[in-house]
Amino acid sequence: MNKISDNRAWWLVLPVFLLVAFSALIPLMTVVNYSVQDIFGPGQAFFVGTEWFKSILADQRLQDSLIRQFVFSGFVLLIQIPLGIGVALMMPKSGIKGSLCLILIAIPLLIPWNVVGTIWQIFARGDIGLFGWGINQLGIDYNYTGDTLDAWLTVLLMDVWHWTPLVALLCYSGLRAIPEAFYQAAEIDRASKWAVFRYIQLPRLKSVLIIAVLLRFMDSFMIYIEPFVLTGGGPGSSTTFLSQTLTTMAIGQFDLGRAAAFSLIYFLIVLLISWLFFTAITQADKEK
Amino acid sequence: MIAWMNWTPTVVVFFAVIAMILAVMTVYEVVSPCTERKGFLPIETTRGDRLFIGLLSAAYIHLVFLAVSDITLWVALAVSVCWLLILLRWG
Repeated sequence: MNKISDNRAWWLVLPVFLLVAFSALIPLMTVVNYSVQDIFGPGQAFFVGTEWFKSILADQRLQDSLIRQFVFSGFVLLIQIPLGIGVALMMPKSGIKGSLCLILIAIPLLIPWNVVGTIWQIFARGDIGLFGWGINQLGIDYNYTGDTLDAWLTVLLMDVWHWTPLVALLCYSGLRAIPEAFYQAAEIDRASKWAVFRYIQLPRLKSVLIIAVLLRFMDSFMIYIEPFVLTGGGPGSSTTFLSQTLTTMAIGQFDLGRAAAFSLIYFLIVLLISWLFFTAITQADKEK
Repeated sequence: MIAWMNWTPTVVVFFAVIAMILAVMTVYEVVSPCTERKGFLPIETTRGDRLFIGLLSAAYIHLVFLAVSDITLWVALAVSVCWLLILLRWG
């Protein structure tokens, strides 16, 4: 067969390429450019080499917020993934009950992030908030604006409330894709509920779960609005995560060079982790 | 041209080198297309994958040098280039 190869179709990709260039590549290059300069104002920029990177890497405040960020993302994954699977397993399989469950569960996902922060800010207050007042009435001293542990628990609880539904919905769709024959075979073998979960449902959920972990990791790693509204990063700086530290530096203090160096390091961390997840997903696909 | 947006010569050289690497790799790919293979890395990789891994690890090598030592970054650059070449050949 004589196949005519014509690569002119590639020109059709050009608009997308230009769009990406202006929306992502050039801004990224600009950040790289700023990260090696100390900028005081238009026309007043001085080349400082890798000074900013060195000072960022040695900055205790940033290291602390990086550690906080990893701990937070770790807890988010540890709580939300098992909880999401559990919720998905308990949801009705079909019918009107199933649809009703889906709608109810999806509601937190529809709420804008700053509203989520505001809801929880009021909900968790000791004087007028139902949650905070209730906990205090039980005799537990709870105050998320003054106590570090309480602030962390509130931020985590808020994130669990907001985003577990996403994991649950993903798992639910994964569970619905398992053919009925698998369950019938398990029943013939008199497999226990745990065995069905361990050897049928969990392996079949693998690809959905990788996506859920990736999404939840990325989202929690760049969390900004919700803790900003809820605790403002406090008490002290105990719930100040990476993006908030970065925003304070770039917009609050207008320290462009430092903030640029910081964003590049942040970017490299995200790039590495995304690549690891991406490789894991493609490897899992290959094994199939 | 360079004065626009305060571009500094260092950054221009940096991006020019990256663009050149990409261009050379593209030409190389057209002249002799590569297939996935397995080297000392635990996964099967194409030439482009290995380049990406090499560049990403080069960035981390530079950061580690900056963080833990006062040695000039030219050493980090040399280490990165060697690592990139090893990765491309045997990775």
